Amino acid sequence: MKDVKYVVEMRGITKRFPGIVANDSISFKVKKGEIHALLGENGAGKSTLMNILFGLYEPDEGQIFINEQAVQITDPNVANDLGIGMVHQHFMLVENFTVTENIILGSEPKMGLKIDYNKAREQVLELSKRYGLHVDPDAKIEDISVGMQQRVEILKTLYRGADIIIFDEPTAVLTPQEIEDLIGIMRNLVNEGKSIILITHKLKEIMAIADSVTIIRRGKVIDSLAVKDTNQDELASKMVGREVTFAVDKKPADPKDVILRVSDVTAKDNRGLTALNEISFEVRAGEILGIAGVDGNGQSELIEVITGLRKVESGQVYLKDTDITNNTPREISESGISHIPEDRHKRGLVLDFTMGENLVLETYFYPEFQTNRFLDYNKINTHAKKLIEEFDVRTPSVDTLARALSGGNQQKAIIAREVDKDPDLLIAAQPTRGLDVGAIEFIHKRLVEQRDKGKAVLLLSLELDEIMNVSDRIAVIYEGKIVGVVDPKKTSEKELGLMMAGATTEGVKAGNE
Amino acid sequence: MNKIVKFFTKDSSLIPLMAILLGLLFGAVVMLLGGYNPLLAYTALFQKVFGDLYNIGETIRQITPLIFTGLSVAFAFRTGLFNIGAEGQFVMGSLGAVWIGTQFALPWYIHAPLAIIVGALLGGFWGAISGYLKAKRGVNEVITTIMLNYISLYLANYIIANYLRAPGQQRSEIIQDSASISLNTLSEFFGYARLHWGIILAILAAFVFYIILWKTKMGFELRAVGFNPHAAEYAGMNVNKNVINAMFIGGVFAGLGGAIEVLGVFKYMTISASLPGYGFDGIAVALIGANTALGVIFAAILFGVLEFGAAGMKFVAGVPIEVIEIVIASVIFFVAASGLVKFILKPFRRKEKGGAVE
Repeated sequence: MKDVKYVVEMRGITKRFPGIVANDSISFKVKKGEIHALLGENGAGKSTLMNILFGLYEPDEGQIFINEQAVQITDPNVANDLGIGMVHQHFMLVENFTVTENIILGSEPKMGLKIDYNKAREQVLELSKRYGLHVDPDAKIEDISVGMQQRVEILKTLYRGADIIIFDEPTAVLTPQEIEDLIGIMRNLVNEGKSIILITHKLKEIMAIADSVTIIRRGKVIDSLAVKDTNQDELASKMVGREVTFAVDKKPADPKDVILRVSDVTAKDNRGLTALNEISFEVRAGEILGIAGVDGNGQSELIEVITGLRKVESGQVYLKDTDITNNTPREISESGISHIPEDRHKRGLVLDFTMGENLVLETYFYPEFQTNRFLDYNKINTHAKKLIEEFDVRTPSVDTLARALSGGNQQKAIIAREVDKDPDLLIAAQPTRGLDVGAIEFIHKRLVEQRDKGKAVLLLSLELDEIMNVSDRIAVIYEGKIVGVVDPKKTSEKELGLMMAGATTEGVKAGNE
Repeated sequence: MNKIVKFFTKDSSLIPLMAILLGLLFGAVVMLLGGYNPLLAYTALFQKVFGDLYNIGETIRQITPLIFTGLSVAFAFRTGLFNIGAEGQFVMGSLGAVWIGTQFALPWYIHAPLAIIVGALLGGFWGAISGYLKAKRGVNEVITTIMLNYISLYLANYIIANYLRAPGQQRSEIIQDSASISLNTLSEFFGYARLHWGIILAILAAFVFYIILWKTKMGFELRAVGFNPHAAEYAGMNVNKNVINAMFIGGVFAGLGGAIEVLGVFKYMTISASLPGYGFDGIAVALIGANTALGVIFAAILFGVLEFGAAGMKFVAGVPIEVIEIVIASVIFFVAASGLVKFILKPFRRKEKGGAVE
């Protein structure tokens, strides 16, 4: 193969969807052997551009060159043959297949009519060793950690001979330690001659690993520069188009009475295994308690237990001294708990309902939305209009289906609905997942505002930055138990990371000394 | 007027209309291949249906039960449930009506309404069984409704044979006159076509269908559960209760259909070897009607017209019943495969839009 300078070059790519121009004459070049970050807010057009490169969309205008040869990428198979691989944000794995089976899926080594599993296994091991991607080839996907699942995804692309690997928001689901590992893996890949495109909206990661960065805003390239010549603030303002503050602006907390008390609660997960193991903690009025932890340590079950969506096996949950253990979700919601669910599409919204309907999802039965005991859509929609205005939800109308809104606006709508219930306790589970800087800023502000109004706020997040910036106290959850409570001002990412991996506060302190 | 034009030109109406046209076109091709004259056949169809007052009346009779079973299936669909059991609920409705109709002597203003209500409740109960099993035991409603169809058929046969049978006949006694819901004067006007109160009840039922789903708290819950049970649960709705409710109400619609068919048309119930088929047609009616009240009425009209008109195609154009079934099936096929219709329409529509821009 002759020496090429640019492995990918996209020239003047334009892609229009009904009503918007997702990519407006975008030009984008990736040098051989570099990690090139593609930075932009949600909806800026990064994913569209990469989907074009991966053959999922065809551009309306523009040309693509791979290894300096003009190509037509009509479908992902063509992309595959050109050596382009993609590690998707939502893993495309078959849960009850083994690691090996998943990796070879679609291009299995054959022995006659049978699949040659031994050969496949060896190939997987060989690749895994060469790139430092530790996996257990015989484990089933459902039994391995998210980090390992991601490594399986990477191996999948390598197995298919990818030289250019696209990573779509790869760190969204990882712990700090796993992110470190991933950065190491990316460096290995580059050292082995691969080129990497990293789609992200996290500036810290770009500063840590990328060589170059291209910033996209509203479908247009804003700038393309070397990472060593820039800094986080510059990147942020280029991405958003205005100055942004990262630090959450807030006064010290003024905690009052205990609002939520969880006492020795034990609960099982969907598979019948113990998810919460005699967990205890309190949240007070006027404070934000952040719960940090690696995904799958009982966070989801904890919220479900508090909100009545999951049965408590033993132990009690009190809201202001009232025992609400195993009450129904409706009773709990009415007694003063609001809940921003972790998965807005699964729980938070009925996507095929209008915005008006979604904004009364928990309150449709209130007399204020009825006339003569029938639903009154005028009242429902007036209520919706008020909230939409107050919380700056960008929607064409109250009759628009929730499905048609962007993630950020969907989340704003949920927050509007939950805050409007004027609860004593607001539970926010991963409230900014998948959102861009602007929306994150907005949501954090609202959480602090609720705290300042004297509400108790329980924040669960997998983003350590978010936990550290927003919380007044941090409780770390590990295997269904709180392993320690720390002050965000007096802790470090490293200490939290160790606690998230199961070390107790004392253990961490001892280790540091 | 403007509203009507808008209704027929928006996608949700245009696509089914085009689908019907394509289905008829495809049916014509089939008839041509079989050596029959499609033009003659379709003319015969419409002549049969709209030719004289008697036939118009009988077409209305044919349409009526389809509206009920269509509403039954559509209602369950709205809650995310597939009610294949409208058939059995229909039979139970007939059974309840014929029981009250034959075994009691009551003044007409009590007798007929009571027979209808008992039929409706029995149909509702039959649906609720599946709802209960789904909610409490997680049994798929498709399985239970199919099984309950057969149970209802043989249960009805057993009860008629042993308790309601007319001596020496393979059917029940004839219902008392006081339980009849025939519209005698109107029937006379329509050349003694079997017209009855059912069509008015059917339209009323469609209205109730709309009100429940779109104007009540229960309807809000039912639709939320249908679209996203997880979100419904999160919002404090009782998903299981709604599943049972949806199947009960769906069953009531089908039961009503069964009741009015007995009280208005046949006046007795036979010991039958097979299910009547209205429930299964109801699935297609609901599908074509896009699970809306108005849509179901239109779809039932389409179905009723095709089925009743089939006789005309047979006699006048000599098209065998098998080919007629193909024609009907192809119409349903095209309506069901709306994606296909959109695909076929695509080149025409692009031109349309392009023209508007220039």
